[in-house]
Amino acid sequence: MTSTGTTISDPTKSQSAMVFHTENITKIYQMGEVQVQALRGINLELYRGEFVVLLGPSGSGKSTLLNILGGLDVPTSGTVHYGDKDLSTFNESVLTHYRREHVGFVFQFYNLIPSLTACENVALVTEISRDPLAPEEALKLVDLGDRMDHFPAQLSGGEQQRVAIARAIAKRPRVLLCDEPTGALDIRTGIMVLEALAKVNRELGTTIVVITHNVAIAEMADRVIHLSDGGITSVEVNTYKKSPSELIW
Amino acid sequence: MRALDHKLWRDLWHLRGQSIAITAVMASGVACFLMFMSTLDSLLLSRDRYYTEYRFAEIFVPIKRAPESVARRLAAIEGIDKVDTRVVAPLTIDIEGFHEPVVGTVTSIPDSGEPLLNRLYLRAGRLIEPGRNDEIIISEGFAEAHKLKPGDSLHVIIKGKRERLRIVGTGGSPEYVHQVPPGGSFPDYERYGILWMGRTPLSRAYDMDGAFNHVVLTLTRDADEQAVMDRVDELLKRYGGVGAIARKDQSSHRFLAQELTQLENLSGIFPIIFLGVAAFLLNVVVTRLVGTQREQIAALKAFGYSNFSIALHYLQMIMVIVLAGIIVGVAVGAWLGHILSEIYVLYFRLPFLNFTLEPLRIIQVSLITVVAGLLGTLAAVRSAVRLKPAEAMRPEAPAVYRTSLIEELGLKRLLSAPTRMILRNLGHKPVKSLLSMLGIALAVAILMTGAFNEDSIDYMMYVHYVLSRRDDLAVQFNDATSRRALTELQSLRGVEYGEPFRFVPARLRFEQRSYLTFIWAYEPGSTIKRLIDSELRVVELPPEGIVLNDYLAKNILGLKTGDLLTVEALEGHMPKKQVPVVALVREDLGVGAYMALGALNRLMQEGNAISGAFLYIDEQYANEIYQELKDRPQVTGSVIRSHEIRNFHKTMDETLLFWTAVATIFAVVIAVGVVYNSARITLTERSRELASLRVLGYTRGEISYILLGELTLLTLAALPVGLGLGRALCAYIALSLENDMYRVPLIIEPSTYAFAALVVLLAAAVSSLLVRRRLDELDLIEVLKTKE
Repeated sequence: MTSTGTTISDPTKSQSAMVFHTENITKIYQMGEVQVQALRGINLELYRGEFVVLLGPSGSGKSTLLNILGGLDVPTSGTVHYGDKDLSTFNESVLTHYRREHVGFVFQFYNLIPSLTACENVALVTEISRDPLAPEEALKLVDLGDRMDHFPAQLSGGEQQRVAIARAIAKRPRVLLCDEPTGALDIRTGIMVLEALAKVNRELGTTIVVITHNVAIAEMADRVIHLSDGGITSVEVNTYKKSPSELIW
Repeated sequence: MRALDHKLWRDLWHLRGQSIAITAVMASGVACFLMFMSTLDSLLLSRDRYYTEYRFAEIFVPIKRAPESVARRLAAIEGIDKVDTRVVAPLTIDIEGFHEPVVGTVTSIPDSGEPLLNRLYLRAGRLIEPGRNDEIIISEGFAEAHKLKPGDSLHVIIKGKRERLRIVGTGGSPEYVHQVPPGGSFPDYERYGILWMGRTPLSRAYDMDGAFNHVVLTLTRDADEQAVMDRVDELLKRYGGVGAIARKDQSSHRFLAQELTQLENLSGIFPIIFLGVAAFLLNVVVTRLVGTQREQIAALKAFGYSNFSIALHYLQMIMVIVLAGIIVGVAVGAWLGHILSEIYVLYFRLPFLNFTLEPLRIIQVSLITVVAGLLGTLAAVRSAVRLKPAEAMRPEAPAVYRTSLIEELGLKRLLSAPTRMILRNLGHKPVKSLLSMLGIALAVAILMTGAFNEDSIDYMMYVHYVLSRRDDLAVQFNDATSRRALTELQSLRGVEYGEPFRFVPARLRFEQRSYLTFIWAYEPGSTIKRLIDSELRVVELPPEGIVLNDYLAKNILGLKTGDLLTVEALEGHMPKKQVPVVALVREDLGVGAYMALGALNRLMQEGNAISGAFLYIDEQYANEIYQELKDRPQVTGSVIRSHEIRNFHKTMDETLLFWTAVATIFAVVIAVGVVYNSARITLTERSRELASLRVLGYTRGEISYILLGELTLLTLAALPVGLGLGRALCAYIALSLENDMYRVPLIIEPSTYAFAALVVLLAAAVSSLLVRRRLDELDLIEVLKTKE
């Protein structure tokens, strides 16, 4: 267990492999007429090629942390480093550029563009990337090669999520940030999605951060970071990583 | 095509109903603008070309008689370029088989070749040849009305003598673009014709050998028009000159100029309304679109799409709709412009009415439309750009609602939950509700403008031709003559009763303003001709002093009751006297000045002179009477009142029909556009809610009530507002059409109000039904998969 004031680092990883480093980040935001403190002094390090799970109940601040890491949001205070770049000093357009080049996102409700086919949804991202995979290739990677011309409405939840993963990885991002990727899916489909993520982590070496409140998923991670009420309560290192097919929830 | 472009086209397709509605409204605005402007441009271009190519004169001087040598002295006046003397005279025309009185004006042209000024254009035939004393050219409209062509004969009565003339050509000249018979108000091609005849034979017929009674002039480039006119008047006074008339006051030109000004005035207001409504509709649709696509925008931003590319995406979508509106509007506007231009040919005889749609106008209206579209959607696009991705991915905070005003008043218990939903939703976005209501109200207002013209004009005709003038026939004499002429007329078989009138051309002056018009005089207490004011009261002619039309008094001369008006008569001895303005009368037609017959005759220092008579006749002797009148040399014209009315209707009805049709279509487009859009958007915003209600057991009918109840309330609220706005809009139009020939009174019949309300209600009902169908397509299962 560590208190919120201490940096969580893994002694087995070297500094050069460090992808994210946060120092004492807090976040307060306005929701209607209410003020919410989502994060209270988070200190964290994430390394290249890691599969990390951020585990915590609703309202623990995990989505907020993910958004900050992904450059979608800025902390109210504290610093966030991606490599040697301080994201908290970035303005809007630099953050956009950062997201474009380095980060892939997978959301709980897929956030596909309903008026575009699976292939076009992936192309949306490859068209603005410097060295992307071909959309078809990305879709094949998630075993959706034969559903390329289907619209989201014609795909099941699991398939939609896999399209979202293909879209996220098509640009060959360093980091893949997944917010409750299996939250809307049944166990069988969820496992398929997790298998896709594991494959990406394995074959492309992408750092994957998965947010979930589902404890079972934590068993496939390299490290599990427990969050509660805006702060990190503990960090576990999994000595044995289960494969997705072994997970039960 | 890029993926984002795919999204653009597919989103547009998804929104096609609303997009089409907005495009239609925009197109209406563009079309309206181009319709007016193209007609205006076409008329202007044609007119200017006509005037230049056919050497339209700049100054016109009618006189009694002057020897030809005077022309040389005129030419010597500094500032005068060309001088063309002519003989102009009225005559009666005898058409075989056509019993009603037909009159004409004959103007002399050189025995051979073209006139120096005011040249003729020939539609058919040729100019007259020298030595041929019976050859004439007649005006085109007259020829068409009586199916006359070169080679035909025409009988005319000149100074009591019946002559047979040969038509060798038909055409016109720039001084007769607008052809109104003397004493009439509208073109009457059947009963009034213009003729051109050789100078020699015409002079002989009117005792004008070696003389002229009319001269037209052009000026040098740097001439001072007023100074020249003063010198011309000075020179021609002794020859019975009654005052030079500048081109701007020449009746044909003036009428055309007024018409063009009206077109220009009208071209402003309607496009503004349409484009304003379109901008509002676009705003609502795009705001809603951005709202429903919040998460998509967030995802795009998450994947690194810049604010600029997102703004561009939505702007492109908006521009597609705007461009479609412009393209459709230009096509429709050009078509309507064509139709309107053709209607103008009834009024104005131009040798060529080249329809033109200036590229500059298209650019003008396109720019205005684009700006309107952008202004309307700026806020929505900005909200898309400013959307914080993190915020967008959080569930949207529930919308803030309050209890409605009506509920606050204690009626809450009386209202069902669905009714409360309707009321609260209206209050949720009060500005949007208000603007939707305003949109519908504008539709009502526009409908009224289509129909009100007819009401006003019917009223004008009623006042002028039924209440004011009650004669069957008005007979005009060549010159002021003694009362005996009336007695003679009354002795004709079939003439039941007659009353005299006199009119004298005069210049009315007050301080530095003056106006050239006619003073009309009748006997006080006359029953045939009465002065009627706007309250439909009879205004008695005072025994002394002058009564002026209020437009003439206030707008032209700037005087009020009690002021002393200087009257310079342009007839007889041409006396100049100060006359007190005893009363003002509000009349819609003309700018009349009125005196008691005795008072005018005293002013003229003449005995009991009259210019003509109003007669009641027995219908069965009508033809006999017309025949008698034709043979009388001193009779210059006769106007049958019922024909004036019929004439007027013939001219106006086509225009009115066109207007009513166009205004109705445009108004329906707006009404459907606003209601349909509001309904579709409400449906999008509330579909989850409505589907949830269905899951809870509400019937289709009950949720229809919630969806359409809001719209019904808005439409009903819009009606009184619209009727009020409509009245204001009609008043504005009436004001824009004001000129010294007529003022359109603001008369709106109950039927017009009813028509406007009914059409909008119908349009709203149809739109509602179209949207209501979609309620049946709500996916109830989807609703159960709630998002956090």
